[in-house]
Amino acid sequence: MDRSLLIHVTVLLGLTALAVTSAPAAEPDSARQKDLIHLVRQDCGSCHGMRLAGGLGPSLLPEKMADWPDDSLVATILHGRPGTAMPGWQRFMDEAEAGWIVARLKQGFPALP
Amino acid sequence: MRALLIAASLALGLSACAGTPALRGTGDLGVVIERAAGRVQVVEHSQRTALGTVEGLGDLSHAHVTFSRDGRYAYVFGRDGGLTKVDLLTRRIDRRIIQAGNSIGGSISQDGRLIVAQNYEPGGIKAFDADTLELLADVPAEYAPGKFSRVVGLADIPGQRFVYALFDANEIRVTDFTDPRKPVTTRYPAGKQPYDGLVTPDGRWFLAGLFGEDGISLLDLWQPEAGSRKVLAGYGRGEEKLPVFKMPHLRGWSMAAGQAWLPAIGRHEVLVADARSWQEVARVPVKGQPVFVMARPDGRQVWVNFAFPDNEWVQVIDTVDKRVVHTFSPGKAVLHMEFTPRGEEVWLSARDSNRVTVVDTATFAVRRELPVDAPSGIFFSARGQRIGF
Ligand code: HEC
Repeated sequence: MDRSLLIHVTVLLGLTALAVTSAPAAEPDSARQKDLIHLVRQDCGSCHGMRLAGGLGPSLLPEKMADWPDDSLVATILHGRPGTAMPGWQRFMDEAEAGWIVARLKQGFPALP
Repeated sequence: MRALLIAASLALGLSACAGTPALRGTGDLGVVIERAAGRVQVVEHSQRTALGTVEGLGDLSHAHVTFSRDGRYAYVFGRDGGLTKVDLLTRRIDRRIIQAGNSIGGSISQDGRLIVAQNYEPGGIKAFDADTLELLADVPAEYAPGKFSRVVGLADIPGQRFVYALFDANEIRVTDFTDPRKPVTTRYPAGKQPYDGLVTPDGRWFLAGLFGEDGISLLDLWQPEAGSRKVLAGYGRGEEKLPVFKMPHLRGWSMAAGQAWLPAIGRHEVLVADARSWQEVARVPVKGQPVFVMARPDGRQVWVNFAFPDNEWVQVIDTVDKRVVHTFSPGKAVLHMEFTPRGEEVWLSARDSNRVTVVDTATFAVRRELPVDAPSGIFFSARGQRIGF
């Protein structure tokens, strides 16, 4: 086998391994973070209020979020709550991104840029 | 003589600068909400210009505005419970109070003397003196001991009454403020989770859109003792609902050509019901989940905007042919529209494009674009002359 091909294959494998092991912790890049902040403040804000203090949907401020385990909040965001007005957002974000939102909600969500 | 003339014109110029507004009417004034900035732009729709801004209005997400009958004052309701009386002529805050923890709007009484706010927290309505904003009555939306519902769909109706729905309690209520300090409330059962309401321009019918079931709760305010009934029941035909990423809004602009034009919930359709029989007569497929379904004042067209993720689009329905005749995008995240009082133009706000676009409703040509910081609602003072606004 051609040596350069072999190197390519190993590098590729290495990269995939890296991608797989680091996936759960992967942070959205900074451009995507901006989009997510905009989405949460503006579009989640249409129900939860732009300041996330509540509206038709409940408050998403840190003191309210503290009671919930992360994975249950991530599931709520991705799949919604059937029978309520909370829709699922999985068409617009993946699990890591929902996890990033939950972590930020628990800390106090960043302001619009 | 010449010197005197110069002195006189100087004096006139000076007094104009000193804050005395030039004489003008108020029938063509309005405000555009700059949501994130807690500010409104005061605009006029004769020349399509911005006249100035008024700051310090708090959290204006879901802000709503009602007008004094002389068209001079805009009452701005903020999400944070702020109620601000803005003088459109001097462009200053006349008065401001925090009246609740979480509010979504309000309306003015038939005689123009009461401002009534509808609140989520504490759930209920409150009446204020329109001049002084003094609290006159607090009417909690208590539906079980210690339980208070969020209030939606508040509208003024003749006889110093206000009609509204309780999202958490499946009820319609009518409160009579004939004696403002001793309001009298009557309760009517309604369908599941009313999300907003409207009163027809004659003040006769109250329609509450339902989120928890397919249908509309209808109350005849000329014969309220007969109770509410459900119309357009089962319009979803048992099919699975599409997700609703933003709740639609209802108001008296839904009536056109003898029919009610209403957003379906969880379907990309506008429902059309005959306004006598309240039977469905048509449904018009549209681009997304409708949010505002607004008739042009003459009723020949109905304009529709949409929930996320289709919110860059606007569609125009011809009410005779009952089909979409125009689809366009005035910008990103189109949140609201407002017709001029006779409907030759419409103003559209595009939040993420930071502009308001004025469009000719006959030719669909753009007449003007105004720069506005993340605009949401647009409200013209002509609302002050209409029942249910
Ligand atoms: C159309 C209205 C609506 C929109 C838009 C919306 N939500 Fe919700 N959300 C709700 C409602 C209503 C509930 C409460 C559901 C229930 O009764 O359990 C809720 C609940 C939640 C909860 C659980 C909080 C709790 O205390 O139960 C989280 C977290 C949440 N939403 C996050 C989001 C995020 C993030 C977005 C945007 C990506 C969003 N929501 C957009 C209506 C909405």
